[in-house]
Amino acid sequence: MTQWSGYFGLILQGALVTIELTLMGSVLALFMAFLAGMGRLSRFFVLRALATAYIEFFRGTSIFVQLFWAYFVLPFIGISLTPLQAGVLALGLNVGAYAAEVVRGAIQSIGREQYEACTALNLGRWQGMRHVILPQALLVMLPTFGNNAIELLKATAVVSLISLTDLTFQAQVVRSQTGNTLVPFATILIIYFVLALLISWGVRSLERRMARGLDGVRA
Amino acid sequence: MSASAPIIKIDGISKSFGSFKVLDGLSMQVMPGEKLALIGPSGSGKTTILRILMTLERIDGGHIQIDGEQLYHMERNGQLLPADERHLTRMRQKIGMVFQLFNLFPHKCVMDNVTLAPMLTKGTPRAAAEKRAMELLEMVGMADKAKNMPAQLSGGQKQRVAIARALALSPKIMLFDEVTSALDPELVEEVMNVMRKLAAETDMTMLLVTHEMGFAHDFADRVLFFDRGKIVEEGKPDEIFRHPKQERTQGFLKKIIAAGHRV
Repeated sequence: MTQWSGYFGLILQGALVTIELTLMGSVLALFMAFLAGMGRLSRFFVLRALATAYIEFFRGTSIFVQLFWAYFVLPFIGISLTPLQAGVLALGLNVGAYAAEVVRGAIQSIGREQYEACTALNLGRWQGMRHVILPQALLVMLPTFGNNAIELLKATAVVSLISLTDLTFQAQVVRSQTGNTLVPFATILIIYFVLALLISWGVRSLERRMARGLDGVRA
Repeated sequence: MSASAPIIKIDGISKSFGSFKVLDGLSMQVMPGEKLALIGPSGSGKTTILRILMTLERIDGGHIQIDGEQLYHMERNGQLLPADERHLTRMRQKIGMVFQLFNLFPHKCVMDNVTLAPMLTKGTPRAAAEKRAMELLEMVGMADKAKNMPAQLSGGQKQRVAIARALALSPKIMLFDEVTSALDPELVEEVMNVMRKLAAETDMTMLLVTHEMGFAHDFADRVLFFDRGKIVEEGKPDEIFRHPKQERTQGFLKKIIAAGHRV
């Protein structure tokens, strides 16, 4: 029995890597989501075209292939990334492409009368966006952002393929060393599930906090 | 500005929505400080005029002068060019608007709704903006709700906040677009009282689109009756409401009275 505690330690280390990847990937995804989501609503054709190209490309190709490119192909053009960097890059860009459409949809869901109030109060385009539209749109985005974050968490498992020691990688190490399949995979199943629950719970409490006093805004 | 020069000068403007021509070569003038009521059937173009003055709709042709300056054109080296965003921003400082559906910012409390624009567009420090906001909220009878969120207010209260919000920018011209149409009947009076007070106490120029004929009568110095994008008849409230000359005005007023509105 004593040997298991060492293996659990290994899996916990993997959990930390998975959490780190999820957090860093989410930050990049969030940044890309706002950049591309607002880019799609730009007045300038070039920005709209760039944003659309990014979104369609990263939604339309496999995250496996994107990860392999980041880790195995980029070195050929002189960009060598650590496994963690490559993982964060692929996950952030991939999930950011989905979340960009969430940002665009949420901004467009804010009624025309809010934009007209901004014009009547002589707010500039960016002032209106920053102080009136985005704060309301953020509330619309949150639930779907929660989905995206959970998707990202689960997608972190692919980084085990580039030898990053995340949860899934460590579970395979434990399996190959102990010959036991059920215990390590049951353990990581539970850990992934608990992490996803934490994200849901976090997003929901954030949502509740932001929605305070806003009754009637959300359809 | 001398009282003899109009503050709004509309010269042959036209506007279509698709194939529907709302305004067709409309011209009119408003003197500084004048209180104008625009009445007429739905689709007659009254609201469109206010929206055009607020730059929420663009005109297809014609010219508008506000306070001696072109609204949709800029003069550069003696040439008239289409207005750019900077010109429009400068012109919008002269104009404020109150909407039928209030259009308050639901994520901001009453106080922040009123202070947001002065702080952002005029760089008013927060303390000064809040002091002025309290005066205005006092005036519309909403000072005790300064910390409330819009969702906690009745329609009449929301509309009074919206009036205070528009006044906070001290525009020369105020546009009121059917500001009581969305209110429950028992809440109409509180908004009208605020506006009567405003009309009596300030020398702001005011344009009011309304279906409340009694209110138009009390509020306005001059009433314009619109039909199909044209001014059919205009005059002092008593002339229009008691002795309308045009058949179409008479017909409209008859219908309004039959529908139970007070005149």
